[in-house]
Amino acid sequence: MLKVLRYLDRKQWGQVAAALVFIVVQVWLDLTLPDYMSEITTLVETPGSEMSEILVQGGLMLACAVGSMAASCVVAYYAARVGAGLSRTLRGKVFDKTLELSKGDVEHFSTASLVTRSTNDITQIQSLIVMGLQAIVKAPIMAVWAVCKIWNKGWQWSAATAVAVFVVICMLAITLIVAVPRFRSIQGLTDRLNTLCREHLVGIRPVHAYNAEDYEQARFADANTEITNNNLVANRTMAMMSPGMTFVNSALTLAVYWIGAYMISAAGMDSRLTIFSDMVVFSNYAMNVIMAFVLLNMVFILLPRAQVSARRVCEVIDTASSVTDGKGADVAEEDKGTIEFRDVSFSYPDGGGHVLSHVSFTAEKGSYVAFIGATGSGKTSLVQLVDRLYDATEGEVLVDGIDVRDYELADLHDRIGYIPQSATLFSGTVESNIAYGEAAQPCTDDDVTNALEIGQASDFVEAMGGISAQIDQGGRNVSGGQRQRLAISRAIARKPETLVFDDSFSALDYATDRALRGALEERCAGTTRLVVAQRIGTIRDADKIIVLDQGRVVGQGTHDELMKTCETYQEIATSQLSKEELENA
Amino acid sequence: MPSMPGTGNQQAMGEDADIKGAFSSLAGYLGAMKWPVIIAVVFSFAGAILNLMGPSRLGEVTDLITAGLTGDVDIAAIEAIAWVLVGLYVGGLILNYAQGFIMATVSQRISQNMRRDISEKIDRLPLRYLDSHPTGDTLSRVTNDVDTVGQTMNQSLSTLVSSICQLVGALILMLATNVLMTVAGVVATIIGVVLVIGLVKKSQPHFTAQQEELGDINGQVEEIYDGLDVVRTHNGEDSAQRRFHATNDRLYEAAWKSSFLSGLNMPIMIFIGNLSYVAVCVTGAVLAMSGQIEFGVIVSFMLYIRLFTQPLQNISQAATSVQSMAAACQRVFDFLAEDEVADESDKTERIEKVEGRVTFHHVKFGYEPDRTIINDFTATAQPGQKVAIVGPTGAGKTTIVNLLERFYEVDEGRITLDGKSTLEVPRADVRNQFGMVLQDTWIFEGTLRENLVFDTEGVTDDKLDEACEACGLTGYVDSLPDRYDTKIDDSSAMSAGQRQLITIARAMLKDAPLLILDEATSSVDTRTELKVQKAMDTLMEGRTSFVIAHRLSTIRDADMILVMEHGDIVEKGDHEELLAKGGAYAKLYNSQFDESDAA
Repeated sequence: MLKVLRYLDRKQWGQVAAALVFIVVQVWLDLTLPDYMSEITTLVETPGSEMSEILVQGGLMLACAVGSMAASCVVAYYAARVGAGLSRTLRGKVFDKTLELSKGDVEHFSTASLVTRSTNDITQIQSLIVMGLQAIVKAPIMAVWAVCKIWNKGWQWSAATAVAVFVVICMLAITLIVAVPRFRSIQGLTDRLNTLCREHLVGIRPVHAYNAEDYEQARFADANTEITNNNLVANRTMAMMSPGMTFVNSALTLAVYWIGAYMISAAGMDSRLTIFSDMVVFSNYAMNVIMAFVLLNMVFILLPRAQVSARRVCEVIDTASSVTDGKGADVAEEDKGTIEFRDVSFSYPDGGGHVLSHVSFTAEKGSYVAFIGATGSGKTSLVQLVDRLYDATEGEVLVDGIDVRDYELADLHDRIGYIPQSATLFSGTVESNIAYGEAAQPCTDDDVTNALEIGQASDFVEAMGGISAQIDQGGRNVSGGQRQRLAISRAIARKPETLVFDDSFSALDYATDRALRGALEERCAGTTRLVVAQRIGTIRDADKIIVLDQGRVVGQGTHDELMKTCETYQEIATSQLSKEELENA
Repeated sequence: MPSMPGTGNQQAMGEDADIKGAFSSLAGYLGAMKWPVIIAVVFSFAGAILNLMGPSRLGEVTDLITAGLTGDVDIAAIEAIAWVLVGLYVGGLILNYAQGFIMATVSQRISQNMRRDISEKIDRLPLRYLDSHPTGDTLSRVTNDVDTVGQTMNQSLSTLVSSICQLVGALILMLATNVLMTVAGVVATIIGVVLVIGLVKKSQPHFTAQQEELGDINGQVEEIYDGLDVVRTHNGEDSAQRRFHATNDRLYEAAWKSSFLSGLNMPIMIFIGNLSYVAVCVTGAVLAMSGQIEFGVIVSFMLYIRLFTQPLQNISQAATSVQSMAAACQRVFDFLAEDEVADESDKTERIEKVEGRVTFHHVKFGYEPDRTIINDFTATAQPGQKVAIVGPTGAGKTTIVNLLERFYEVDEGRITLDGKSTLEVPRADVRNQFGMVLQDTWIFEGTLRENLVFDTEGVTDDKLDEACEACGLTGYVDSLPDRYDTKIDDSSAMSAGQRQLITIARAMLKDAPLLILDEATSSVDTRTELKVQKAMDTLMEGRTSFVIAHRLSTIRDADMILVMEHGDIVEKGDHEELLAKGGAYAKLYNSQFDESDAA
């Protein structure tokens, strides 16, 4: 938790300091207030006091109350500023860092977890800071100060207060021991309920089809009962707090008066009045001491959650990206548009064996190179090395004749147009999606139209109402095939030297697939294309087909060559097309 | 109780009508637990009375001590009263805790029932609703909203009940003790309350703004993180950051303002307490000096006024949480009030095991009422036949599945199984006739056995072995540490092929006479694909099957091919017929063979 405090800037530390000053002022005023009460008591009990004196004391008392309120308002202001400010800083830092992290780093955290860390976790920290500045700091000051004030008023009273404090601490301890672990497991059980409910919703068709409604309800009921039982234990324990506190407060006041009666009866006549007014004041101070502990209690409930959150947030901020900018590169004109793999091996950062072993090949400028192989053969991993989503573990990946690690990332990304397997669109318009990001040259309206035409997206974009048509978050308002075509157009609009299609054709029907490849051939002739595909039909006309099996290149050549020489390729081909269809072609 | 400043429970809403509506629906749930609630209210009231009896007794103690200032202290009398007080306090403690205990129980049981009702509601909702609403939204009702309702009810309802009892009781006792001092205290309190109400009104827009900015920022974070690969490879970081930081700054403004304003609530309420305290003290002192009251009255009043203002603090806090509870309740009850599928308990017709003749009679259907996509479709599949459904992506191939399984109802016409209309029998009977394997393989958290057997009864281990053998899963099962009893879930290290095979085995175990297959193998590698294909072929033997075909080569032997485009069935016939026709099917078929046909 303390670790996140280092992200407070100088101004915020100033605000913290200011808050501290005002907290002290406030505590001082709160504790001075009963003094006037004591004055008034004495005045009332002293025969012949002036009415005006009482009003003066009352006025001073009121002034204290106003001052205390003003001070706590100022504290609230600074606490709000610091809390919201820190959460802004942290949120910004987590976001910026996430953008900077490599794909492997992100997968290590998981996207869902990063989202929670950027939002919910930070809210937790903010609540604690706001509460903390007001309570954590105030409670001890208040407790110590109040204790000092009453220390020498009578040890009997102090002893009674000590007993009360001890009881309060016991109560806090019981809640902490019984309830807090339950609250933690409730967190986990909530996840479980979520999972079950999600499974039920996602699988609503199988559930209905198997008439398994009762089965699902039984599963849900189990989890529901478990979370309810935990909640019951936790909340029944917590229910102790408020009546317990009321009891301690009342009992302490009574004890002070009870003891006071004995003290007065034992004291000499002349000191009786002093003891009496001390007694009235003491009961007020004693309540302040108890209140301080109640405040601390709140913090103890918030702290464990915030601590977990702080650790999760810091974890992200402190992660160093495993893919960083190179020193920059000068590219020779004649090498532009070439891709070369030199004995590249790769394994994922989180362990596991080699996903790619000793892969070597070259792609000439403007050529069409295709990758095919079974799931898990390493096709996707291979093309992700080109754009440095991951770095090769061994060997070199060369773009335009230069090692990818030497490029500044933005420069490399300008050269490569990568289309990922899952086509993600952003909320906005068709145009904002196509012209997305920053390219070497800015994207003009013509570029957008052009890219849509090549990507075979013009027709349906026209039907949607042109390039200003709305796109919902994630592209939910267009079909899978349409999303894919927009994603392809988006990469084309950047006019890269090389286009990398990571299985981008699988959501397209055969006719569109073919039209798209035709348009690419015709209108992006100078652009090198690396294509990962599942369908033999898609890659038959490639200049070079690279067949992968378990991370190794088992064949390189054209369709006709591979049909003769490569067994894996033949296997794939015959499984997809009947003999007749193959010959037909 | 200190308030919780920050971003917790202040949501922007707050029409009184909402709160009323939510409460009347909530009353239904509370009604089921009428007696515990009544007992809790009685305890709460009794506890409040005991708490209130304290101060006047303490006042008597003070009077006795004051009397002792100038003479002898009557210790015996003081002790007698003190013991009574001890009894009162202990009684109050017990009653208040019992009340809190009951309310905690009641609110958790209500949450449990709400969750159950939502979960059961899911099964009664038409697919039309579920298909058009995001999963996350329903999920957040089951967890977030129900939690909010439960927590608020737990904290606020009992607080409200006991606070109101205490407030009213304190007022009565104060009035009974001294009218003038009561007026002084109450006037001071009212001034404070007016202040707070003004503050709450003023802060409302900031809370609204905060919720909106928070929603916006969550949306951005989700969107950008989901599309991180694209952001990175398209150099979109700068624009994403610009937008994010702008929203973040706006959020900061709204957040500190709302946090500050909610932080003011507490000091002001404390001030109200102090203000009325001072008012009472001064008035009391004046009266005591003029000899109209004893000093003990002041002491009692100092406590009464605390007992009067303290519930106000609690009420003001409870009021804000009740508002967010109303919003959460609203969302829960809106969901529970959604239209359900028609009740079928009065349908007496039944179908047992059909032979497998499926007929579409002049079927008309559209997802939206004014857009019919299937017009007057008639066709018959004989027992054991294979019907293939083909068409480009997004052509609506799953519509047929939706209608067969009665996930959606036909608008006109009917579908019959062995001559009996599916509309005349309960849905469960219709669904019993079908085995189904969908493209989105559905694996749930549980053991492999649970995933395979699912809801089918009487599945022995032998039958399991048999099904797994037929689906080529035996090797996979043997590789698992606890074989069938190994826990698996959606994220388990299972290949797409294995997942597909599990759902096929599941359908095989169900052993239904009709079959629906979504033959989606695009994500499966070649060798597994052969396995899956083989398993599917085994499954189809002797069953009337409807196959959504992705690869045309596998359905050339189908008895009937339905070609779909733009949601409608545009062609019907077998492979040869359709090819000869030279229509949509022929075009689709030929597009597989690339460059050769320069059409």
